[in-house]
Amino acid sequence: MGNQEKVSFLKDKAKELRKTALTMIHEANSGHPGGSLSAADIMAALYFYELKLDPQNPSWYERDRFVLSKGHVCPILYSSLILRGFMDKKEIYNLRKFKSILQGHPDMKKTPGVDISTGSLGQGLSTAVGMALGLKRDGIGSRVFCLVGDGETNEGQIWEAVQTAVKYELDNMVIFVDNNRIQNDGFCDEIMPVLDLKDKFQAFGCETYRIDGHKMEEIVNILDQIRGRRNKKPIVIVASTVKGKGVSFMEDVPKWHGVAPNDEEFEQALREIEEGLK
Amino acid sequence: MKALREAFGDELLELAKEYPELYVIDADIGKSCKTTEFQARFCKQHVNVGIAEQNAAGVAAGLATLGKIPIVSTYAIFGSLRMCEQIRQEICYPNLNVKVMCSHGGLTPANDGASHQAIEDMGVMRTLPNMTVIAPADYYSARNLVRKAVEMYGPVYMRFTRDAFPFIYDENIQLEIGKANLLKEGNDIAVIASGEIMSVAINACEALEKEGINARLLDMHTIKPLDERAVVEAIEECGALITVEDHNIINGLGSAVAEVMAECGKGRLKRIGVRDKFGESGPYEELLASNGITVEEIVKSAKELLK
Repeated sequence: MGNQEKVSFLKDKAKELRKTALTMIHEANSGHPGGSLSAADIMAALYFYELKLDPQNPSWYERDRFVLSKGHVCPILYSSLILRGFMDKKEIYNLRKFKSILQGHPDMKKTPGVDISTGSLGQGLSTAVGMALGLKRDGIGSRVFCLVGDGETNEGQIWEAVQTAVKYELDNMVIFVDNNRIQNDGFCDEIMPVLDLKDKFQAFGCETYRIDGHKMEEIVNILDQIRGRRNKKPIVIVASTVKGKGVSFMEDVPKWHGVAPNDEEFEQALREIEEGLK
Repeated sequence: MKALREAFGDELLELAKEYPELYVIDADIGKSCKTTEFQARFCKQHVNVGIAEQNAAGVAAGLATLGKIPIVSTYAIFGSLRMCEQIRQEICYPNLNVKVMCSHGGLTPANDGASHQAIEDMGVMRTLPNMTVIAPADYYSARNLVRKAVEMYGPVYMRFTRDAFPFIYDENIQLEIGKANLLKEGNDIAVIASGEIMSVAINACEALEKEGINARLLDMHTIKPLDERAVVEAIEECGALITVEDHNIINGLGSAVAEVMAECGKGRLKRIGVRDKFGESGPYEELLASNGITVEEIVKSAKELLK
């Protein structure tokens, strides 16, 4: 695939992920659309371009790992796993239902392809560090990707985990920060200013980048650039994103952190995603 | 006499030879927790995350997803409380094979004062689904139980003592997790104890013997899963029970036994342990005495129960 074709393919996948995630949330009548949409382009690039996985064998030891530290946006993870063939498509309608394999927050024991249970913010990154450390010591070339929210960096444990990743030179680790500038109660700047996260991770000793988290070209470029890189530093990619990206009435609106769209809003959202906002 | 934390350090060296997947995760108190020799000899299986217990639990969980057997080593107060939510979310909920093994259990870090005395650890850990909770009584049983904990699959919380305590067993002791060990036969009353406080319980049973009271003594090293059968048998055959623990009487061994007794609908019980109050700096024996955790108190309680 040429670069342009690749990007166009991934953009289409991101659209599908957005629509699938919103369908799940609408069907469940609960969930977190805002952060699911802000992470959609990164997730499309990871699951349809970068991650070394085998949907037929989710526990393949030499696979790459993915940790959704901001576990509440699992609809976008579940969508990725479903479209990637880890689960039957009918699971789209089972999010948060009783006895479902798709819990309100990721459960590694119930959902094929989920590498670790998450949901309590700040904790996923530590588990990613443990995975990267063990894989590195075993001499296995797999990498560990972790998606962290910007609000999530309020948690002190994030910085505990980063210190350990730096100490043990975990250059098999890639941390994406979904820098959508909104947390549960409102804008980060009002609730708890996170300042420049690239600077912060840099100061802790990581190799850091900032990209536009909605420009597929940039996401693909950075993934190409860091692939195979092993310079004894964990890599942090701070992605500037928009919460609710792709749906006009959700974009940059804090209330869409954790509410489901009604029927009308859902129809409009699907239409806007399909047609693409200008 | 030997400290139980020494047992942990010594058994780790044996286990590491047999289990290449064993990892020890320290949080800057490896010297106190007796893991330094392990670190020196098995550095590829050792991690020190610094003063960051919450992260230690998460790192352990991540390692466990790879099939490793991580042991987080810290003080009981931090291992049970500072790490509590991380243990719940990332270890117990996904039922990962992580062990949390802690020195400085109960009132044994006596001089350090209340901030370091873990009087709630066993109880807090007991409420977490999938968790096994253990307090060995002496050096040799601690070594055996550390081994058994590594041999079994699933989360385990275990506490050791900072200081030396008398030997109760010898190196040949074989215990079973979840099964009480009968230390002394008797049918007049049953004393059920857990942890290093066992030496007080043994002395109390001897004192009772002198007064013509034949006490049964059970080493309930595992408070979860509790050996309910042993408790019910004690209720059936002795009627009266005394629990002895270096832990708050709320939610620890005493509560666990009381729950079984209540559902049993018969029997009488006296819980001896920390009386729901914080400790302070001072000699261990004084701290015990201020909570009535003494031979005299056990004897007195036995007589009252038998009235």
